[in-house]
Amino acid sequence: MLSRTADHLFWMSRYIERAENLARLLDVTWQMSLVPQSEEAANRSWNAILVLNDLEESFAAKYPAVNGENVLKFMVSDPGNFSSIISCLRQARENAHAVRGTVTSEMWETLNATWIEARAMSFESILAGGIGEFFEWVKMRSSLSRGTTLGTLLQDEAYHFIRIGTLLERADNTARILDIKYHDRGSHGEEGATDFYRWGALLRSVSGFEVYRKVYRDVITPERVAELLILRSDMPRSLHFCMNGVVKNLDLVANRQSGETQRRAGLMHAQLHYGRIEDILAHGLHEWLTDFMDRIYDLGDGISRDFLVPMAEAA
Amino acid sequence: MAHERINRDGPKMDFYNEMVDSGGSVRPHYRSYDAWLKATPPERIARKRAEADLAFRRVGITFAVYGEEAGKERLIPFDIIPRIIPADEWRTLQSGLRQRVKALNMFLWDVYHDQEILKAGIIPAEQVLNNAQYRPVMKGVDVPGRIYAHITGVDIVRAGAGEYYVLEDNLRVPSGVSYMLEDRKMMMRLFPELFSRNKVAPVQHYPDMLLEKLRAVAPKGVGDPTVVVLTPGAYNSAYFEHSFLAQQMGVELVEGRDLFVDEEVVYMRTTQGPRRVDVIYRRIDDDFLDPLVFRADSSLGVPGILKAYQAGNVTLANAIGTGVADDKSIYPYVPDMIKFYLGEEPKLNNVPTWMCRKPDDLKYVLDHLPELVVKEVHGAGGYGMLVGPASTKEQIEHFRQLLVDKPDGYIAQPTLALSNCPTFVEEGIAPRHLDLRPFVLSSGDCVNMVPGGLTRVALTKGSLVVNSSQGGGTKDTWVLED
Repeated sequence: MLSRTADHLFWMSRYIERAENLARLLDVTWQMSLVPQSEEAANRSWNAILVLNDLEESFAAKYPAVNGENVLKFMVSDPGNFSSIISCLRQARENAHAVRGTVTSEMWETLNATWIEARAMSFESILAGGIGEFFEWVKMRSSLSRGTTLGTLLQDEAYHFIRIGTLLERADNTARILDIKYHDRGSHGEEGATDFYRWGALLRSVSGFEVYRKVYRDVITPERVAELLILRSDMPRSLHFCMNGVVKNLDLVANRQSGETQRRAGLMHAQLHYGRIEDILAHGLHEWLTDFMDRIYDLGDGISRDFLVPMAEAA
Repeated sequence: MAHERINRDGPKMDFYNEMVDSGGSVRPHYRSYDAWLKATPPERIARKRAEADLAFRRVGITFAVYGEEAGKERLIPFDIIPRIIPADEWRTLQSGLRQRVKALNMFLWDVYHDQEILKAGIIPAEQVLNNAQYRPVMKGVDVPGRIYAHITGVDIVRAGAGEYYVLEDNLRVPSGVSYMLEDRKMMMRLFPELFSRNKVAPVQHYPDMLLEKLRAVAPKGVGDPTVVVLTPGAYNSAYFEHSFLAQQMGVELVEGRDLFVDEEVVYMRTTQGPRRVDVIYRRIDDDFLDPLVFRADSSLGVPGILKAYQAGNVTLANAIGTGVADDKSIYPYVPDMIKFYLGEEPKLNNVPTWMCRKPDDLKYVLDHLPELVVKEVHGAGGYGMLVGPASTKEQIEHFRQLLVDKPDGYIAQPTLALSNCPTFVEEGIAPRHLDLRPFVLSSGDCVNMVPGGLTRVALTKGSLVVNSSQGGGTKDTWVLED
């Protein structure tokens, strides 16, 4: 497969996955903002989203204050923000456009139709229709895109690069969502009830609430939430699950120069496979997640170098 | 002589209607369709038209328009009333096209080798050798099968009492075949019953035919050639077509940056390392192909590709330098080429053409500007032309000045009374002018085409310009089998 084609497929799947996870994160923050709390606490939650995405500066350059409406506008429909949901949907579509001959017509039509619908929306029209409905719509379009990929695409290299993109992005995003608890912490200890809601909301944002109940049949504790989202190999949004898929698909596309990248992916996977939550928490969850996100970034870099934009020209 | 026939009625023109004869009765080959149209409730038609529009947009069968907002795509309007060609007319057209394209390929081989036609004085040598489209780098290069134009899009119009004329031969990178195929697919999806009632010759095998031709012209000794389609990229106006054809043929769609040349061999960069490329169906103009030889500022091409091509290690389709044969200043000589190379009488009419570089012709043209069509010799896409009868005094005077300043840059032709065909427009069904572009494929001695081609229709009332960049639409084209 052409390196450039693989590059577009990789980013196409990353952007649609990113849009979905952003919708999940914003949705849970918005729902949490409905729980009675101080204005300061509410705005701290919104600020955490900017911090998580390294967007504080570009936000501050455009908006006077951090509050729900401004952050939502910036992260949902601001075309000038390349990390907004609208921008992600556009970039997913543009990458698909560049390889529309490689993806199936159903896949292309799904992403193209998603963009055509999204492009017609404004922040006002999204609010008027209910922002929760919008987040549902984004998640549904992402599911549809993933479904048409699974249901129609030949499982060749194209499929493997799409899976690598999807799972790498999801691993990064789940780590970020988990890390939000760190950025969102108040200066004073939080009361039990609010904390319960926050962990519950976090679980819901990754469709993990029912999963948690099923797996643990017990009250929600931070340790178990972290374990579920980091170490459970059968939870489709956990880091372990994602790295399983990354390693497997990477093995299937391996080439002469990808050895080091595969080794690093394998190492990350092994640490999740054999890791214990007690050790991670003892290390410090935030520090551990930060390190993990750095390594995901590094892995993406390696994949790009080995497969997507190879420099070597020797025949 | 054809020229008198066209101008017989002076400025007032009678148009040939493809569907209805001058007595007002429906022509035999349209009767079945007409009966269906009359029997079909308007609501159903309206619903189907909306369905077609939605489907085209969803599938993204669009083209980008130069000069408009970057990345903006427009739909090419699709009309559900087909253009129907009876079998006997198509047979004549087909054999005329074969003859014409054969002669054009022989001309190209000749001008890059022995130049017999110039030595014989049939065409003034300077007309060819000083032409900007003549590529001296192609002199002595032996292309496989002596084929230069593997894919030719010949624009044909019907005028006056119903005779066909060749308007231009597109030998560089003719586009539009994807619309031909998508129009048929859409028509069969919307109105399957029409195809059980009418024996419409199929066209869907075009991509297979094209792939077969491309494989047939691979460099010598290559058993299982790797074929690719080379596109300028996703923002090119015909990008949809490039990716469509690559997908239909099951070959890679590459951009210049995906290819590189090493030791006069072309490779593409893949996830598994470099892979050799043998045949390139390129949809990039000559000027942009190789920045080392042609335009140095081109980022679309592949440095060193010309050397690989000259060495015979890769085949380009179409060849470099075909533009010298479809240039409007060479067009008037095509009938002479046919006589010279094939010893045959041309089966298709050329439109009589005044070459403004000749003083007598220029004088005539300047005296008759309001009734003529003036075209730039290197122009394409309906840009840079004057349609006399449809122009304002200012536009005519503007062209008069252009002609006086640079007479050899222009040719002129009578304004053809292009045939028309009933078409859905805002106010209902009304006649609109159209043309036809069959796609002719050549390899070795074999010249093939699928029946029909792309029918383009000018949607603006009275307009004679059918180019999609100028607001033209398309129709499904039916060749009825006997």
